[in-house]
Amino acid sequence: MDLSSINPVLLLASLMVAATPILIAALGELVVERSGVLNLGVEGMMITGAICGFAVAVETGSPFWGFVAAAAGGALLSLLFALLTQFALANQVASGLALTLFGLGLSSLLGQGYVGVKPPHTAKLDIPILGDIPFLGPVVFSHDLMVYFGLALVAAIWAMLKYTRIGLVLRAVGENHDAAHALGYKVVRVRVMAILFGGACAGLGGAYISLIRVPQWTEGMTAGAGWIALALVVFASWKAGRVMLGAYLFGGVTVLQLNLQAAGVSIPVEYLSMSPYLITILVLVIMSADRSRAPASLGRIFHATQ
Amino acid sequence: MKLTKFLASAALTVGLATSAMAQDKTKVGFIYVGPVGDGGWTYEHNQGRLAVEEHFGDKVETVFQESVPEGADAERAITQMALQGADLIFTTSFGYMEPTLSVAGKFPKVKFEHATGYKTAPNVSTYSARFYEGRAVQGHIAGRMTKSNIIGYIASFPIPEVIRGINSAYIHAKKANPDVQFKIIWAYTWFDPAKEADAATALIEQGADVILQHTDSTAPQAAAEKAEGVITFGQASDMAEYAPAPRVSSIIDNWAPYYIARTQAVMDGSWQSVMTWDGISAGMVKIGEISDAVPADVKAEALALKDAIAAGTNHPFTGPLKKQDGSDWLAAGETADDGTLAGMNFYVEGIEGDIPN
Repeated sequence: MDLSSINPVLLLASLMVAATPILIAALGELVVERSGVLNLGVEGMMITGAICGFAVAVETGSPFWGFVAAAAGGALLSLLFALLTQFALANQVASGLALTLFGLGLSSLLGQGYVGVKPPHTAKLDIPILGDIPFLGPVVFSHDLMVYFGLALVAAIWAMLKYTRIGLVLRAVGENHDAAHALGYKVVRVRVMAILFGGACAGLGGAYISLIRVPQWTEGMTAGAGWIALALVVFASWKAGRVMLGAYLFGGVTVLQLNLQAAGVSIPVEYLSMSPYLITILVLVIMSADRSRAPASLGRIFHATQ
Repeated sequence: MKLTKFLASAALTVGLATSAMAQDKTKVGFIYVGPVGDGGWTYEHNQGRLAVEEHFGDKVETVFQESVPEGADAERAITQMALQGADLIFTTSFGYMEPTLSVAGKFPKVKFEHATGYKTAPNVSTYSARFYEGRAVQGHIAGRMTKSNIIGYIASFPIPEVIRGINSAYIHAKKANPDVQFKIIWAYTWFDPAKEADAATALIEQGADVILQHTDSTAPQAAAEKAEGVITFGQASDMAEYAPAPRVSSIIDNWAPYYIARTQAVMDGSWQSVMTWDGISAGMVKIGEISDAVPADVKAEALALKDAIAAGTNHPFTGPLKKQDGSDWLAAGETADDGTLAGMNFYVEGIEGDIPN
């Protein structure tokens, strides 16, 4: 065993890279579910965002436009879900699963010409003075912008849900859509907006994998990250701060266990391998021992005349 | 799309069959563990499927289902394919072994071919390639090329096929460079680009400047490209899009001739249950072009090793070799028998760490 071969600065950097895609996707889904909609299509929207972002970044040479396109692609796909569930009043579970299958297929079609292509490099933030602080500098101040975007999104969503009027309306719609409707809130409009936001976030998360974490396009490359994000929202009992904790725990333990394996630590590999799931679930379940629960209207179909 | 496409094509074939044609077509099914666009393992199996279509034209019809999880769900997918009227089904991952046997028991008239397994039945054959021969060539290049003397190895599941590859690469890396050390990560997945990239990054951060992979995607190549001065090898497929560096060579699985021969056997009615295990000499394992990033003398040595293996004059597992625990395995000049290789569950002497159970 040689723990000295693990460089803590590099480890923390990879931890953030591993956590960011599921963090952003899970935050989007959190908003969707708080509005009372269960969208199981996260995986499909992520992979669609991954290829949209990748293709546009390659064509324009700009990762920025890649991420913009990823958000647009994810949102566009989620619009399909919104049409199905909010206007055609289709079953949300079935529609979400269909969205995942559709997204996987669509992305492999779109990605035909992009296998083996190298995406443009995404610059890391380089803050002159702060970045030079020993240890703290490289750990805290020298990542790509999306890492900070993910963290800012946590704060923004938390504040939005807790302190703003929009947040209150969103929660009202999610808790009791009939009451919200009786109060004059546009239930369907609020939910469509939430679904689009969730789609955009999932798209960004997917593009983070294809543009920064791997970086390449491979069919099916999200490989279940969307499902992890979905599970995370539930285990985090629909709270933004806990989603962040969960995502960083999951990403962190995943990267840490790979590093421990490479360093030859004498813990059986089976335990190391299951540790990300185990530890994340354990911590979040213990934390949710308070009385937090799912939004009351989650997954229920709303129709104004009923 | 896969499922929907699959169902649509299923519905279509049912329609065709009832409208009284396509009776004499031989239907060949394929079960894949990853997407056909993984750029590695599944991609090459799919190339084999396309070769079957091209070779037989109208006489054959192929169907496939991709990203089928290993385990219980595989049984459902294989059953469905048999119910659709497939005459021959290739199940292309180790984890399909039990599901294949179980379905084969229920469909005695359908022929099954299971890749990389070791259990047969009257209507189940197994086939695999001697990837370890290619690993020996990779190990030699790796040992000669490493500057840090640390070689990273991304392993998938602790099954004999993977362990054989690690041992073979290690033996030949060690021969080329006695100071070499292997760092092994078990990813517990065949296909998860993000995790594969993370594993490659972890190995590189810990000093590895050569990455060998036994997972299916090209993600470790991309991760190595991001870091500089790291070399990799294409796995299962050439992965030429990452040449000349980081990818300096590759092991290519060439399934097409086998798939064509077995389909022909079903057509002729001469199909029998066999265990096929071919290597470089039979052309089932190919070594991808060694790029210019490799010095000429190393390239020449690697090619000589390849030729010797193909000619049968150099077996990659030739004694004296000891097991990891120090006990004797092969005496000087002795070569490993296929039985031991097929069930290999130990590291050779010098590799650190334990094999997960």
